[in-house]
Amino acid sequence: MSSEAHTSAEYIKHHLQNLTYGQLPHGAWGVAHTPEEAKAMGFWALNLDTVIMSLLLGVVLMFVFRRVAKTITTGTPSGLQNFCEWAVEFIDSSVRGSFSGKNNMIAPLALTIFFWIFSMNLMDLLPIDYVPLLMHELGVPFFKVVPTTDPNATFGMAIGVFLLVLYYSVKMKGVGGFVGELTLQPFGKWGMPVNLVLEGVNLIAKPLSLSLRLFGNMYAGEMIFILIALMGGAWVGLTLGSATLYGSQILLSLGWAIFHILIVTLQAFIFMTLTVVYMDMAHQEHH
Amino acid sequence: MNINATLLAQTIMFALFVWFCMKFVWPPIMAALDQRKKQIADGLADAERAKLDLELAANRSAEILREAKEKVSEIVNNGEKRASEIVETAKVQAKVEGDRIIAGAKAEIDQEVFRAKEQLRTQVSAIALAGASKILGREIDAKAHNDLLDKLVSEI
Repeated sequence: MSSEAHTSAEYIKHHLQNLTYGQLPHGAWGVAHTPEEAKAMGFWALNLDTVIMSLLLGVVLMFVFRRVAKTITTGTPSGLQNFCEWAVEFIDSSVRGSFSGKNNMIAPLALTIFFWIFSMNLMDLLPIDYVPLLMHELGVPFFKVVPTTDPNATFGMAIGVFLLVLYYSVKMKGVGGFVGELTLQPFGKWGMPVNLVLEGVNLIAKPLSLSLRLFGNMYAGEMIFILIALMGGAWVGLTLGSATLYGSQILLSLGWAIFHILIVTLQAFIFMTLTVVYMDMAHQEHH
Repeated sequence: MNINATLLAQTIMFALFVWFCMKFVWPPIMAALDQRKKQIADGLADAERAKLDLELAANRSAEILREAKEKVSEIVNNGEKRASEIVETAKVQAKVEGDRIIAGAKAEIDQEVFRAKEQLRTQVSAIALAGASKILGREIDAKAHNDLLDKLVSEI
C-alpha cells in the first residue's frame, strides 16, 4: 500500500486509475490528479501509462526481433536467434493451421499480436505496488503498469483488427460481395433487414469479443491481485489474525501469479488465433 | 477506465508495429529458416546419394575382385598347360636326340668293328702267309697264290 493511510476502497480505486493527460477543468492541459478530473477530460485525453508501457514493450520487442533478423545465420542458431526462430515457427504453424488463404501480412500480424499482448499481459506479474509506489515517489499520481487492463488498449487493437477485416473483406469480395454477404444470408433476399441485423451483430461482435475478452480477463486478474494485496494491508499489529492474513497474502499471491502465467499466455494466444480466424473468414468467398 | 484518445494511439501503434514486423522482421527470419530447411534437405539428399554411391562402389569392387580371381586362375591354368606342353616337347626332343645319338654311336661302332675286322683279316692273312711260308720253307709267291689267299681271307 502506498504510504498514506488509505481505506480499502481508495486503495482499489487508486490502483485502477490510469494516468490521464488531457484538458483540466480550469482550461490548462495536464495530468489528472483525481479520478473525477480524469473523467471530466472526456474523449480527447491520453492514458499516458497505457501508451508509454505499450509503446515501450512494443519497441523493445521489435528491437529484439529486428536485431535477430539482421544478424540471422542459416548455420547453427544460438541464444536469442533460437528463441526468435522458435517464435516465428510457432506462429507460422498456427497461422498455417487456421488461415487457408494467401496473404503475407497475416503471419507477421499474428506474431506482433501474440508477443505484444503477451508482454503487456506479463506486466501483471510485477508486484502490483512496486511501480505505483515508485511513481508516487517521482510525483506521478497514478500508474497502471498493465496496458491490457485498460479497455482503450484492447479496443484499440481490436479496432485495428476490425479495420483489416473490413479492408480484406472488401478487397477479396468486392463492395457488392461484402454487402451481399451482409444482407443476402441466411434468409435469402426477402429477409434482407433480418439478415442485415444478424450479420451486422455478427460483424460487430468480432472486435467486441476480441477486446472485451482480453480486457475482462486481465482486469479481473488484476483485481484479484489487488484484493489479495489488501489482506496484508489489514495489518493492525502482531496479532494472530493479522499474521494469518499476511501469510495468506503471500501464499495466494504466489498461487494466483503462477496460475496467471497460464492466463497471460492463453489470452494472448486466443487474441492471435481469433484474429487469424477472422482474417480467414474475410478472405473466404462463402462461409 | 474512461474511453478516450488512448484508443486511437493504441490503434496507430498497433498498425506501426504490424507494419514494422511485416517489413523488417518476418521476411529475413523466414528466409533464413527456409534456406536452412533447404540446406538440411540438400544435405540429407547428398547423404542418401553418397550411400547409394557407396553401395555401387562396393558392388563394383566385388565384381572387379571376382574378375581378377577368375583371370588369375585362368592364367595359372594356362601356365600349367604351357609348362606341361614344354615338358612334353622337351621329352620328345630329348628322345629324338637320344635316338639320333644312339644311332650315330651304333654306326660308328659298326664302322669301327668293320675296320678292325678288315685290319684283322689283312693281318691274319699276312700272319697266315708268313706262317705258311715258314712251314713250307719257301716263299710263297703272293701273286701266284693270290686267289688262294683271298679265299682264305674271306673264310676268316
